[in-house]
Amino acid sequence: MTTTAPHTDLGKTPGPTAPLRPRRGPGALVRALPLTPAVVLLLLFLAGPIAYCVYIAFTDLQLTGQAQDSFVGFENFTRAFGDEAFLNAVWLTLVFTVLSSLIGQNTLGLALAALMRRASEPVRTLTGGIVVTAWVLPEVVAGFLLYAFFRREGTLNALLDWLHLPSQNWLFTLPILAVSFANVWRGTAFSMLVYSAALNEIPKEITEAAEVDGAGGWRRMWHITLPMIRRSIGTNLMLNTLQTLSVFGLIWVMTRGGPGGRSQTLPLFMYEQAFQNSLIGYGTAVALLLLLVGSLFSLVYLRLLRTEV
Amino acid sequence: MAVTLASRRTTRRLAADAGLLVVAAAFVLPLAWVVLSSLDPRADLRVKAPDGLTPDNFDAILTPEITFTPLLNSLILCGSATLLTVVCAALAAYPLSRFRSRFNRPFLLTILFATSLPITAIMVPVYALFVRVDLIDTMQGTIFFFAASQLPFAIWLTKNFMDGVPKELEEAAWTDGASSLQSLIRIVLPLMGPGMGVVTVFSFVMMWGNFFVPFMLLLTPDQMPASVSINDFFGNRGMVAYGQLAAFSIVYSTPVILLYVLIARRLGGGFALGGAVKG
Repeated sequence: MTTTAPHTDLGKTPGPTAPLRPRRGPGALVRALPLTPAVVLLLLFLAGPIAYCVYIAFTDLQLTGQAQDSFVGFENFTRAFGDEAFLNAVWLTLVFTVLSSLIGQNTLGLALAALMRRASEPVRTLTGGIVVTAWVLPEVVAGFLLYAFFRREGTLNALLDWLHLPSQNWLFTLPILAVSFANVWRGTAFSMLVYSAALNEIPKEITEAAEVDGAGGWRRMWHITLPMIRRSIGTNLMLNTLQTLSVFGLIWVMTRGGPGGRSQTLPLFMYEQAFQNSLIGYGTAVALLLLLVGSLFSLVYLRLLRTEV
Repeated sequence: MAVTLASRRTTRRLAADAGLLVVAAAFVLPLAWVVLSSLDPRADLRVKAPDGLTPDNFDAILTPEITFTPLLNSLILCGSATLLTVVCAALAAYPLSRFRSRFNRPFLLTILFATSLPITAIMVPVYALFVRVDLIDTMQGTIFFFAASQLPFAIWLTKNFMDGVPKELEEAAWTDGASSLQSLIRIVLPLMGPGMGVVTVFSFVMMWGNFFVPFMLLLTPDQMPASVSINDFFGNRGMVAYGQLAAFSIVYSTPVILLYVLIARRLGGGFALGGAVKG
């Protein structure tokens, strides 16, 4: 498997060579038998909850003190679109995704991968090791590390003081920016690895020819490198976005979505509605919207892979 | 010409080194904090040279209540779920990789689609469902859910690894009268050892770091894995002991870092854990 996402055949050919049948061919049903445990598990614990999600999104199910939940149609959804806190969460999710995934992780990852091709071996190994460590750490630990970094008495302000720059309470004044940076810190390694693999696949002759023709670094990047790795860019953007949409622990640890909901992205909003406000039905309606957006991205991702297959 | 090109290359290499070092310095600060604070008797929130080195923070947290029980819970939870995932994935991958069927393609497309669904989004309904069927606050319920959430990617990976094992070896076994299951266990799986290692480690690492799933599905403090219990450093124990928090973070993170190094080595530098890096 490579970083350029799984671009293997989708069952067009079974395995490496020609079609294969066991000698005394048992029926198709018998041969599919080993699939059963996986399928049962997936149906019960993945498809089941999704179906249940669709169902309770249309009810007024609450956490406590309610004998029977009832069908309320689209009420949860109309309520959501009239709810300022929901719209705020949608906006913040958008800001969080664009800042940390599209701009931050993606661009920084590409820059790192490009620089690594030119850098000397020790520097490359050192940087790669540090960036990947940030990525491998458990989500909650990453949250704590960046909480310490951005706190009023934390490292960032100490650094700013030292440079005689104004410091501030980042988690209070610009919480969404702080959590976005946290997500960049945590997620850049993935883009870096994807792009390193993609850049390695560009034949050296092409870039060298352009260099001899006098094309500068930026022009080569824009006219040769980027078009050649456009599929990796697509895959990477898609996966980054999906990952970023479902970030919960990182923000939960750093700000709890606060202060005053100013870093409350959709997953945190969903959690608050379902558990702090005991409105499971409403929380699930929000979850369903999130799931729909995720599915949309997921389908685009499948299309991208298919052009590659 | 050749000389200028060479010197230009050197300049560029130095520029690239400088650029990388700037980024590395920015990325290393939070990591430096956790390492230095864990050894600092008076740790606070900023990176600073420790006031003397001490193992006290580690001594303080290495108790059954704070560290061993949560880590054991993590191990039981993630170990069992990983085992379940890997066994189901290996069984499922076999027919998908070996036999031609018109169901393969739609099945694999569904699996691939499922790998990128945001699991976070379905946690509220999973909670409601688990309350209804009495699986809430049970280890087995959480294990089943963990396994199911990791399964699509595990099947996908395993199938791709299995495609790399030539079928001719199996055909010989079939001629000798071995069943599919026998040839899977005796021939195919041993030949894809490194691949299965990757699937196992990847599933385990993903679950080990997962906070939201146990946070939602488990309620009893005694059952909590380390990913959730780490939050107690803020709530229940009064003043936050940052040195101890840092020490705990290190103890909790070390296994996954080691496991990552293990598979990264095995598969060479360019390897990244592929598609599903989801929260």
